[in-house]
Amino acid sequence: MEQLVYKKPDSIKDDFKITFCPGCDHGVAVRLVAEVLDELGVRERTIGIASVGCSVFSYDFFNVDIVESAHGRSLAVATGVKRSKPDKVVFTYQGDGDLASIGLAETIHAMTRGEKVTAICINNTTYGMTGGQAGPTTLLGQVTTTTTKGRCVEISGYPLKICEILKEVDGTAYVARVTLDSPQAIMNAKKSIKKAFEAQLKGLGTGFVEILATCPTNWKMTPKGAHARVRGEMSAVFKPGVYKDRVSEV
Amino acid sequence: MGRIVLNRDRCKACYLCVAACPNKVLEADDKVNALGYYPVKVNPDKQCVGCAMCARVCPDMAIEKVYR
Amino acid sequence: MKREKQLLKGNYAIAEAAIEAGCQSYFGYPITPQSEIGEYLSTKMPELGRAFVSSESEVAAINMLLGAGSTGVKAMTSSSSCAVALMQEGLSFIAGDEIPCVLVSVMRAGPGLGYIYPSQGDYFQATKGGGNGDYKLVTYAPASVQECIDLTYKCFYVSQKYRTPVCLLADGMLGQMMEPAVVGEYPYEEIDQSDWALSGAKDREPRYIASIERDQETLRQRVEKIFEKYNKILEKENVFEKYEIEGAKLVITAFGSIARIAKAAVKMARKNGLEVGLFRPVLLNPFPEKIVKEIAQKIDGFLDIELNCGQMLQDIKASIAGVANITVEFYGRPAGVMMTVEEIYKQIEITYKKMIEKKYGTACI
Repeated sequence: MEQLVYKKPDSIKDDFKITFCPGCDHGVAVRLVAEVLDELGVRERTIGIASVGCSVFSYDFFNVDIVESAHGRSLAVATGVKRSKPDKVVFTYQGDGDLASIGLAETIHAMTRGEKVTAICINNTTYGMTGGQAGPTTLLGQVTTTTTKGRCVEISGYPLKICEILKEVDGTAYVARVTLDSPQAIMNAKKSIKKAFEAQLKGLGTGFVEILATCPTNWKMTPKGAHARVRGEMSAVFKPGVYKDRVSEV
Repeated sequence: MGRIVLNRDRCKACYLCVAACPNKVLEADDKVNALGYYPVKVNPDKQCVGCAMCARVCPDMAIEKVYR
Repeated sequence: MKREKQLLKGNYAIAEAAIEAGCQSYFGYPITPQSEIGEYLSTKMPELGRAFVSSESEVAAINMLLGAGSTGVKAMTSSSSCAVALMQEGLSFIAGDEIPCVLVSVMRAGPGLGYIYPSQGDYFQATKGGGNGDYKLVTYAPASVQECIDLTYKCFYVSQKYRTPVCLLADGMLGQMMEPAVVGEYPYEEIDQSDWALSGAKDREPRYIASIERDQETLRQRVEKIFEKYNKILEKENVFEKYEIEGAKLVITAFGSIARIAKAAVKMARKNGLEVGLFRPVLLNPFPEKIVKEIAQKIDGFLDIELNCGQMLQDIKASIAGVANITVEFYGRPAGVMMTVEEIYKQIEITYKKMIEKKYGTACI
């Protein structure tokens, strides 16, 4: 007897449109969030926050209520939603430029308040939507359209390590960095995303997952080559792992 | 024994599934799809085991269903 | 809530009115001269099981307001001048998203840090905006503590009815002064927000609230629809005061606390036989151009009085375009020292004389 072992999650629209470039990890990350919402059975009481960047078209695929945020302000918007409707499940889906550069103050303070929301951050070491400029997480030596000779410390300083900062913030209940470079890594990433939602559902504080993701278009790499970069130089600087887990402690 | 339901018009030809498939069931098509890409196609001579690895790595959810 | 007359400070009056109006969520960052609003609500809101967040910045506060408003609850923030400047991005998004919420802006003197003196220097900030794109921030300006209460109610009502951000534009004098006022019952009907607000996609299609629109024609239509709302607000929710306009030769235009002082000066002028009236717009944005023009057609001149360098003056001038033989004079100063009745009266005399001389050639007061 034939058994259905995989199908599109219900938290993705039937007529979804994936607006990302070929091979971009965003598509997998979006699906994992949707699968977790399905598994937790919270789709019908979820409100998502779409940030500015490649994730702005979240409403094209997420089958949940969505409100758009200005660049960087997603966690402030999430705070407003959650405090007004504490029974809702609230999540932000942001890029590293959004969460860690222009929105760093909103990020740290929402998490310091221990807002019971979940933040998913796609770290692809570049501003993808605007065409591949250097961002807060651009690696030293990385060539972008604004670091044409490679990022150097004298001009652009150092890449920002998001998880290492957020694990020190008292209001976070779960902080992890994951990759999507293999089927196994994808399964592992999903476990972390689920924990980040459980942190919220159990009222422990903010759940956070940083996803080291590819941007083949702006990196000028094949999707496969881009995954090799995630495994190699990116993981060497941004070490994957669980940085904080109060969800398992309780 | 397994089987996938592939929506060839959602495929953007990143071929991550080709690399992920343990039995080399998926390969590039030589006909373009609605998006203008050469999508993947199922090689009927190869046996799908229904492991769903292809669906898990696909960033475009072009593999809509996997049966085993 | 006490329903009898009590001695109330403007800021507390606004805070109590917000509670009475059913404000469910408040977000704010302290800045003089409006900090009492947040102080008061920091205790009251949690007691009532409502949301209070002392935000990390005004940038965050306005975006929290956006999030709260997107769920359909009544939500408010309060701030002042250089901090309202930080909210302009958020206000543009809120207007584009068509989210209801209330901003209380208690003006201090600027530019920059300026100081905490009373001023009306943020008329432009409120009515011309600093946010990007075509939108208006609907703005009401109270002139008394009682109006601080009544117009806070109006702001909540209009914001919810028309799904738009609404600003209560007060100044440091109103915020800080005490006078007798009654916190009455919220007088407006409750507006059902359930057909658009975010609540989770249960038994319905998911909703999204966004200002982004990829289709150019749809984007145009959306902005035009927003502007139709402003027309409706001007038509149905306009608030203004006309005092001694009938038979007046000179009409004083002023808003907020200055209008109150000007009114006393107009009374004095009438007593002394000068044919002077007062027009005080309370709804400042959209501006009641038609009413100003109608008045202009029956009088010889306007004297616009503001505690700034002439901001509403621009709207007065724009309103009377095409009206022949009308004098428009301005009296004001940027900030700091409040005007006195005598000072304004003196200015009325000077302008009146000038106007009559211009019309008849000789002084005949």
